[in-house]
Parts: sequence; structure tokens; C-alpha cells
Amino acid sequence: MTFTKTLLASTALLGMMAGAAAAQTEINWWHAMGGANGERVDRMAAEFNAMQDEFEVVPTYKGNYTETMTAAIAAFRAGEQPALVQVFEVGTATMMAAEGAIYPVEQLMADAGEPFDGGDYLPAVVSYYQTPAGELLSMPFNSSTPVLWYNADALTAAGAEVPTTWDEVETAAQALVDNGMACGLSFGWQSWVMIENYSAWNNLPLGTQENGFAGFDTELTFNTSEVAARLDAIAAMSDNGRFVYGGRRGDSLPLFTNGECGMWINSSAYYGSIVDQAEFEFGQTMLPVDTSVSEAPQNSIIGGATLWALQGQDPEVYRGLAQFLTYLSSAEVQAWWHQETGYVPITTAAYELSQEQGFYDANPGTDTAIQQLSLNTPTPNSRGLRFGNFVQIRDVINEELEALWAGDIDGQTALDNAVERGNELLRRFERSVN
Amino acid sequence: MLKRVHFPTSPLPYLLVAPQIIITVIFFIWPATQAVYQSFLIEDAFGLSTEFVWFENFTYLLGDAQYRKAFGRTIFFSGAVAFLSMSMALVLAGFADRVLRGATVYRTLLIWPYAVAPVLAGALWLFMFNPTIGIFPYLLDFIGYNWNHYLNGGEAMFLVIMAAAWKQIAYNFLFYLAAMQSIPRSIVEAAAIDGAGPIRRFVTIIFPLISPTTFFLLVVNAVYAFFDTFGIIHAVTSGGPAGSTTTLVYKVFSDGFIGLDLGGSAAQSVILMALVVGMTVVQFRYIEKKVEY
Repeated sequence: MTFTKTLLASTALLGMMAGAAAAQTEINWWHAMGGANGERVDRMAAEFNAMQDEFEVVPTYKGNYTETMTAAIAAFRAGEQPALVQVFEVGTATMMAAEGAIYPVEQLMADAGEPFDGGDYLPAVVSYYQTPAGELLSMPFNSSTPVLWYNADALTAAGAEVPTTWDEVETAAQALVDNGMACGLSFGWQSWVMIENYSAWNNLPLGTQENGFAGFDTELTFNTSEVAARLDAIAAMSDNGRFVYGGRRGDSLPLFTNGECGMWINSSAYYGSIVDQAEFEFGQTMLPVDTSVSEAPQNSIIGGATLWALQGQDPEVYRGLAQFLTYLSSAEVQAWWHQETGYVPITTAAYELSQEQGFYDANPGTDTAIQQLSLNTPTPNSRGLRFGNFVQIRDVINEELEALWAGDIDGQTALDNAVERGNELLRRFERSVN
Repeated sequence: MLKRVHFPTSPLPYLLVAPQIIITVIFFIWPATQAVYQSFLIEDAFGLSTEFVWFENFTYLLGDAQYRKAFGRTIFFSGAVAFLSMSMALVLAGFADRVLRGATVYRTLLIWPYAVAPVLAGALWLFMFNPTIGIFPYLLDFIGYNWNHYLNGGEAMFLVIMAAAWKQIAYNFLFYLAAMQSIPRSIVEAAAIDGAGPIRRFVTIIFPLISPTTFFLLVVNAVYAFFDTFGIIHAVTSGGPAGSTTTLVYKVFSDGFIGLDLGGSAAQSVILMALVVGMTVVQFRYIEKKVEY
């Protein structure tokens, strides 16, 4: 009898809970984090959902960055857009231009009455995503910056020092090859690493109108003799394996983790993968300086993605979304995300928390990225870039650089071609948004 | 004056063809019209600002050196794929036709690759030829050849042609074998009695008699290489390096879905549409007449 009662009571309770669950406001979040990072995203959403019972954040993996952005745009055109979507940094100009489609994050927080102080965030991270007036458009989520990864065992065996300048990189590459290594240096995401960050690091402009921040009528200007000379020097290194080109994006990661290449320049966010795959002592250090161009480095710029709120949802959804964004940018969540993935923390509080927790002492070098980003106050050249059609422009740069590595053209020709083709794409973008 | 004859009309025939018509309209005519309309627009990705520009997207394309290069590249790619897959299939079918013992096993094995999805076929070849972990670059290294299709456009093109042709061999093989087996044995035997060897019999009897199949396969293979190889190219090279494997179809995808230039991408697909229509008409009207049946 009692048992039946208990059963009935619990059934009723379950029913009530199910009712409550159905009454929760659903917040759809489309993201591009596969694999281990996808699990971390799910974990964050689950934790937020457990913290309160008004809202339910539903994360959905939509493929790589390009696929996620295209899916969100197609969904918007069909009126089925999610409340929150993760968009990579080069999609910023496209998103920004879509004024009726996006809900600027700073405005969203104000409308929902959530506390928000732009001063809490690291300037090098948020400046990439602010309007000229300083309003934050999207919430930085996973930001990284390129660093120089090195195989410490191989460098020691070859009797080489960890390089800090490009001259030292060449010397170290020679020493590695002399010591029997197949490859001295490789890198990935070459437009981001060798054009965008090389220019920012040496305080050279990429384009007019403050790298596009001041207006869509910007033109590319990165075809300078400095960049060309550096690219030619790298191309010359491929004669005996001091430099090996290993493909776009992160395709060259195995070259480094297999122990073929002693040095690799790419995102700090490869930390997790390298920890998993490398069976040698490795380290990360700041990008090399080009002493023929500048005496000291400026600051590097970020890559990665931010979260954009899209228009067209109920006010209730935006209230929940604002709370979720507050949760995401809290020091604890950010410090955990940073330490697990190698992405930089987006707030000063998260950085300080990681310091207190002793993470950098236990894992030397893991604060390289954040130090690089906050080395100096960003200049118009090193604040970032905002070019329309930049996904295609990066492909153009990839194509021209590949022709350079193959020995078909020289550095200056590659850059001139890239700038000419890129400017055409910029003009087409300017027309499409006006 | 013609005398008009009236038959009582019944709605039944219209009802019977209606499903087919509806499907064609929804899945072909309607999207095609949309593409034509889109090709006259310059529009931002979200569709918030739209400008009607008549043929500007087309004139831009025709003036674009990259597009013209992609055109020539596509013709080379299609020719190579069609030739390779058809000649290999012909040779294999010629042998399979003569096999007596275990013929079914042999045939089944040859048909297998056709069941592989294009993306998977691409992935297989990608793994075999991956410069870092692939088996072939490792073997080529022994003879002093440094394979890197991430860098060498010729090697990348070779790789996608091989992958695309390999996948199509099975299909061509099937048709060639069926055609060869439909040739009356008596003709071949008569030639053999007259003293013609296997090669002579193939050249003077079998090959001319299967020419309708060759013609049919030519059309199918050209269309395959033009349109269905997207998955292979996407998986193996993503159109690189330096655009050296970007065919017309791949360019429609990369400009439209990666670059979000919807007008330009739609204009390209309209050109492709016109090309297919033109190709089919020419092949059936002029080439077909020269084929012996």
C-alpha cells in the first residue's frame, strides 16, 4: 500500500518535473567545436543548465567554422536561426555588415539588465570585435594566437638555442638539419601566421583604413618589401629541408609531433593535441622578431572564434542568453577552458585565477600566447583586421604562397598577386553590403 | 480543309504523369529558375541588401582569369578521367569476357569500387598518398622521388584524376562486359576459324560492335567528371594547391558556400547548366550519327 503510494507520488512528481522541463526556454547554440573541445562545450552547457531551471542551452555541432557560419546564414534566410552562433574571426566583417541580423552583445547585455564591463576583458582580445566607437559586437569564446613550438630534445641534440629572431630560426633550422633531421621549420595557417601576424608583430599595416576597422572602402597593402624579403628567405630555406611546407590549416601538425620538424609555428591552441601526440620534450616561445624590420616586437593578433547573438528570438531567450554569456565569461569557466585547451582566457580575472592556481608554474610556456597578446598596447596595425570576403582572400593568399613554395614565383610577385586579387574581392564585398 | 477528329478526352493520362511533372518542377525547374534569378543579383550573405545588376556577374566571370583557367582545367580533367577509366574498363572487360572459371568472383571484385561513396574514395587515395603518413610517398622516397601533392599542382591533379577514374572503372566495366557478352558467339568463332588471333578479333569485331556502348559511356563519363567528382576533389585537395585542382563545380561551391558570393556562384552554375544542355545536344545530334549500330 505504502509502496503503491510512493510509486504514485513519484510518478506524479516525475510528471511535474517533465512539465517544468517543457516550460524551460530553449536557447539554441550552434558551434564548430568537434572532438574533445565539443565535449567541453557540452559540459559547459550542461553545467549552466544544472545551475538554474529557467533556461536550457542546447549546443549543436554544425561542422567546421565555414560550415557553421554558412549553416547559420542559410537558417537566417529561412527564419530558423539559432540564438547564438560561433563565427570565426575572419567572418567578423560579414557579420558586422549584417546589421539587421545580429544583436550586438554589449547591447544584449544592457537590454537584459546583465552586468557587463568591457574593462574586464583583455584589450588585445576584445579590440578585434569592437565597433570603432568601442561597443563589443560579439562575445570572444575561443581565442588563440600563433606561437613558435619547438622540439626541445631535438634542439638540445643539435646544440641549438631556442630562437627569438628569424636569423636564429635559420641558424637553428640549419643545426637541426645538420644533425640529421628531415625538416627544420614548418608552419600552418600561413596567411594568419606569416602575413597577418608577421605584419602585426613587426607593426606593419595590412591594409588602409586601419586594417579595415575604419570602413569597408579599405585596400590591402601587405605587399611590402619587408614581407616579401622574409617570404623569399623562407622559400630559400626549402632547398635542403630547413623549411618544409606541410599544407594548409593544421595539416602540418604530424610533421612536428612525429619528430620530423624541429620547429613549428602555429596556434597556441594546439597545446592539447601536442600534449597528446608528442613523445618528446616540447616547448612554446614567442614568435621570432625580424631584426631587419623592427628591433622589438609589437603584439600578435588573435585567431579563433566569437559567439554572435542573432535577431529574431523571443525576449525571454535573450534574457537567458545574457545569463549564459555571463556564466561563460566568469573567471572559473574561462580559467578551466584556457587550461584545458590552450586558448587564451578572455578576462583579466581568468588570467589571474590561472596564475593563483599555479598553472603557469606547473606548465612553463603556457602563458606565452597571453604575453604576446598583451606585450604592448595594440596599434592600428596590430589591433586586428576587418576585411570583407576575407575567407576567400585567405584562400587567395594560400594559393599565391603555395605557388611561391613550389618555386613558380618569387615573394614580391606572390604578394602583389594576392593584393590585386584580394582588392577585387574587397570591392565586390563593398558593393554587396551597400 | 482538314477534318477535325475529336476523341473523348480523359484526365487519366494527366493524372498518371502528374507525379513525375510535380517532382521535376519542384526539384529541378524551380531551383534552376531561382539560380537564374540569383545570378542577376549582387547580394550580401544574409539577403539584407539586394541589387539587381543584369549580366554584371557574368561579365565579371568572363573577365576573371581564374575562372577561365578553371574552365580549361575542367576540360583536361574530364578528358583524362573519361579516357583512363574507359580504357582500363575496356581492357578488364576484354579479359573478364574470356574468363571461364571463377568468372562471378572476378566480376564482383571489379564492381566493388562503384559502391564506394566519392568522399570515401577520395579519403582512401588521400591516405595512400599523404606526404606525411602515406605508403606511396614512403615507397617513392626509396627511388628518390619526393611526393608532396600539397605543394605540387601536377601531383595533386594526377591524384584526383586517379581517384576519380578508379571509382568509375567499375561502372564502365559493367557496361562493357554486358556489351561484349551480347555479341553473338558465332561471329567471334567464325573469325577465330578464319585464323584471326584474340587481338585482331578484338580490334576488327568486338570494338566496332560495342561502339554504341562506348558512345553512351563517353557521355556518362563526361557528365560524371564534370559534376560528380566534387566529393573526391573536396576530400583530397579542396581545390588546391594554388587552385590547381579547382574545377568548375568546385568553384561554384567554394565561391558560393565558402566565399558567400551568391550572385557570382549562381552565375557559374547557370553557365554550367547551359554547358550540360549544349554538350548533350551536340553529342546526340552529331556524334551519334557517326556511330555504327
